[in-house]
Amino acid sequence: MNKTGIGQRVRRLEDPRLVHGKSRYIGDIKVAGMRDVAFLRSPLAHALIKGVKKPAGYENQVICAEDLNGVRPIRAESTLPSFRNSEQWPLAKEKVRFAGEPIVMCIARNRAEAEDLVELVEVDLEALSPVITPDQAKDNKGDRLHEHWPDNMFLDFTIGKDMPDIRDRADVVVKREYDTGRQVMNPMEGKGVVAWWDSQAEQLIVNTSTQVPHLIRSGLADCLGLSPDLVRVITPEVGGGFGYKCVLQPEEILVAWLAYERRGAFRWLEDRREHLTAGANTREHHYSVTAYADKRGRLLGLDAEVTVNVGAYSVWPFTAGLEAAQAGGNLPGPYAFDHYRCHVMATASNKPPFTPYRGVARPGVCFAMELTIDAIARAVGREAWEVRAENLVPAASMPYQNVTNKQYDSGNYPESLRLAKDAIRFDEVRQRQKTPEPDGRLIGVGFATFTEQSAHGTQVFAQWGLPLVPGYDEARIKLTPDGGVEVAAGIANIGQGIQTTLAQIASEILSIPTDRIRVSLGDTTTTPFSTGAYASRGIVMSGGAVSRAAEGLAERIRTLAAHRLECNASEIRLEDGEIHGPNGTLGFNELAISWYRRPDQLPAGDGNTGLEYTAFYKPRVDTGVFSYATHAVVVSVDPQTGKTELLDYAITEDCGRIVNPMIVDGQAIGGTAQGIGSALYEEVIYDERGQPLNSTLADYHLPGAAEVPHIRVQHMETLSPHTAHGIKGVGEGGAIAPGGAVINAINDALSAMGVEISRIPATADHVLQAIERRKTQKTLTSQHSSEEQQNEARAV
Amino acid sequence: MKPVRFDYVAARDSAEAVQLLRQHGDEAKCIAGGQSLGPMLNLRLARPSVLVDLHRAEDLRLTEQRSDSIVYGSTQRHAEFEDGLVPDATNGLLRTVASRLAYRAIRNRGTLGGSIAHADPAADWIGVMVGLDATYRLLGADGLREVSSTEFMSAAFMTRLGAGEILCGISVPRLSKAARWGYYRYSRKSSGFSEATGIVVADPERGYCRVVLGALDIPPVALEQVANALAEKGVDEAIACTGEAVNEMLAGYSDAKRQLFTVVVRRALEQIGEKQ
Repeated sequence: MNKTGIGQRVRRLEDPRLVHGKSRYIGDIKVAGMRDVAFLRSPLAHALIKGVKKPAGYENQVICAEDLNGVRPIRAESTLPSFRNSEQWPLAKEKVRFAGEPIVMCIARNRAEAEDLVELVEVDLEALSPVITPDQAKDNKGDRLHEHWPDNMFLDFTIGKDMPDIRDRADVVVKREYDTGRQVMNPMEGKGVVAWWDSQAEQLIVNTSTQVPHLIRSGLADCLGLSPDLVRVITPEVGGGFGYKCVLQPEEILVAWLAYERRGAFRWLEDRREHLTAGANTREHHYSVTAYADKRGRLLGLDAEVTVNVGAYSVWPFTAGLEAAQAGGNLPGPYAFDHYRCHVMATASNKPPFTPYRGVARPGVCFAMELTIDAIARAVGREAWEVRAENLVPAASMPYQNVTNKQYDSGNYPESLRLAKDAIRFDEVRQRQKTPEPDGRLIGVGFATFTEQSAHGTQVFAQWGLPLVPGYDEARIKLTPDGGVEVAAGIANIGQGIQTTLAQIASEILSIPTDRIRVSLGDTTTTPFSTGAYASRGIVMSGGAVSRAAEGLAERIRTLAAHRLECNASEIRLEDGEIHGPNGTLGFNELAISWYRRPDQLPAGDGNTGLEYTAFYKPRVDTGVFSYATHAVVVSVDPQTGKTELLDYAITEDCGRIVNPMIVDGQAIGGTAQGIGSALYEEVIYDERGQPLNSTLADYHLPGAAEVPHIRVQHMETLSPHTAHGIKGVGEGGAIAPGGAVINAINDALSAMGVEISRIPATADHVLQAIERRKTQKTLTSQHSSEEQQNEARAV
Repeated sequence: MKPVRFDYVAARDSAEAVQLLRQHGDEAKCIAGGQSLGPMLNLRLARPSVLVDLHRAEDLRLTEQRSDSIVYGSTQRHAEFEDGLVPDATNGLLRTVASRLAYRAIRNRGTLGGSIAHADPAADWIGVMVGLDATYRLLGADGLREVSSTEFMSAAFMTRLGAGEILCGISVPRLSKAARWGYYRYSRKSSGFSEATGIVVADPERGYCRVVLGALDIPPVALEQVANALAEKGVDEAIACTGEAVNEMLAGYSDAKRQLFTVVVRRALEQIGEKQ
């Protein structure tokens, strides 16, 4: 048996260097003569730039928009219906559209001196009325962000049709409004870029903390007006991407421009305050949902409105339309029903440009859908898990095309729910709830089931009409002179363990152990093309390419070894790290020596049988393969303070063939920790002028170790029919469900009080306010209705 | 997020610190553990041109035991209280407060006096000291003077520390053996700043009883009505009148805020009940 192949619990090859602090992040890169830059960022959310005055004597160290000769704005167009495009100049030109937008770049020997210089620059701004909320954008009363637009809407279209018959037929109609707070992604390592001109290679070298080095090369070349071959993008170690690092950022363009213009080395390292303000760019959704169901809670139809508050600009290459379009397309979730309409809107506002974050739209839609399922269950007086189970796509219907034409490839969704219900010991929780807790806390249990569309490719992205559509991923593989393997792929290592899992796939096919396999990633010169690490695509796409490349190399090894082992190539097996023929065995190193040092041992040939192979891969069906999971959680809520604690958390997930169980667990647990942040803690608060109010980590609350419970993960393993080895992506799932599961549990705990939470984060303040509001309502109502008084008596 | 350029001087003792402050005037600022000032420097919210470091001044780290009180040196660290390395005048209250303050890395460096002088209303010591009726010793060019903890803080981040003065000692009255205390702090996260704190100290032998709201956006507030009820009628009566007292005191605050402060005071009172 191959001890380092697919399915094995191989320790991550990355970890020794990471846990010993020996790796190289962007901040570790030192280049002789390197200068630091700092940005003067807009203090106002919406204003005209009337003038910029550079401090005398520092003109050459202070750069504003007018100085950026040859630089083009970021334009990220989409062909989605009704889409309107924006132009984002890397340094704001004529006006600023969010607090934190860069206006001036200052250059100095170090960051502190660059910040000193920032303080000397005078910028004259004339305030405009800011657009902060989606409602303000829809009202179209304030100033327009983009003057040539008729209003402040990036996107406004409807999918599906009205459903009058369903409306008449439904026994139960549930209407709800849901909100998800605006968030910051907070990778442990912020964004950063170091760029210099390499005179030997005659190339601009851009080291940037990114998920998508090959895309950034295209984007930089476009915006700088350079031929792409002049630009080399290298990804060093990346301390978390999460989507924040999958778009072209203005600071990347600016630092690259400086290095090219001045033929020197320049650096920008984002600090936490910049990140918490200018990076407040994700998750803000509003839902208005009407669900129609029969008397058992079976969903008949869903009529919804989704608004994503996108912010100021369209990000490249994913655009300002992707999040809202994904939300509209994914809202139906793992459920089987036939009637769906969704009014999809993306509003422009004076906030940082919206960027897809781990889960992309699905944490919002899962929250809205899962709360709706529970609301239906309450309306028909049944257990939420039963109603959920009856609405899920049954295993017998797989493959299943849902109401928005998603092709669910394989799996048993109801079984994941049943297993999660057992894991959380549902019946024991219901038993415990019968006796009041001695300290007055309320106990609740909640579920969320979801699908995670992963590795969606050409067909899906082409539908959205993005500036850049992903296609084939490429991988190159080589047997080295000592019998080891070199793998090169263009995807970036962002902490997800892809170095290890790609090595495991190569190991599976070649039988060479992973400690002999060297994997290089994320460099536009030394690795072949990949659009990068996003959309849970790496293990399917790059993994598929490595699998194909390893098969190609195996074939060449067999061809060459056949000469040495005096047999037919088809008789040769690669097993236990050796090459076996019917008459003997050969080490990989012996074969490699024949090729590299003793070609006289091989027959004369045309060289096409060499020990290096490049392969190209995308799945036959590239509309995405669907992982899925159920999260189950038990909470306690202190009704006197509103504080929620997570007492138990169980996940049952299925991502097809598991390449490394420890890495899948890590993805589920890490994603869940972030989802707990969304559910209970994280939100950027803006005042009415568009100022972000929590710009330090003392005010923007992330869950810490004490807030994240022990998370138990169990696996199902239903292969995908479409991908190499049946693998599905799993990078995002953990972050999708916690909002739905945790709030369903809170609502279960508060059900006796008649309180229902419908927004995340469900901070203690928010829960306490909801409880207090309910008390006031009851007091008011009870003066008029004796029936209400009875309800109140029961509830209290 | 890098500080403005500044000079740094480490004072050998409190007298030198005072002399340095006099020399540099408004341009100078004292630093002890740096757990609040450090981030403020980096955010450029604090912009002193000279930092006078107090943490090498040995005389500020001394503890003076008196018959009716203990005077703690102002640069004694939270962790020293947590670990029981300094004598406790309060039957364990100081130790409990220290052990729940932020997280260990902060407790290792942060100091008692630094926290009090910074006067962040959400910080823990400033309210606890009002609960204990501590007295602060301030040293300036004109010598030593004492200010009651109840009068020291005038507003958020504002104190009665004069120009050129340093907080050199914190005098905490000794609680008698029979004294009881309750301390309940509410924070969303285990290491987070308190969002509502209830502090109760009852020392019948000394005829002392005080109930304090901490972590408001103003200086700590004493609830005399609740303290009187506790002293005269007991815990249950005190709990019963807490809601009204808080509502009256926090009239301008939201229902949810008033509810939260009521709860923390009640829970601090309940601790007193349990210790009876």
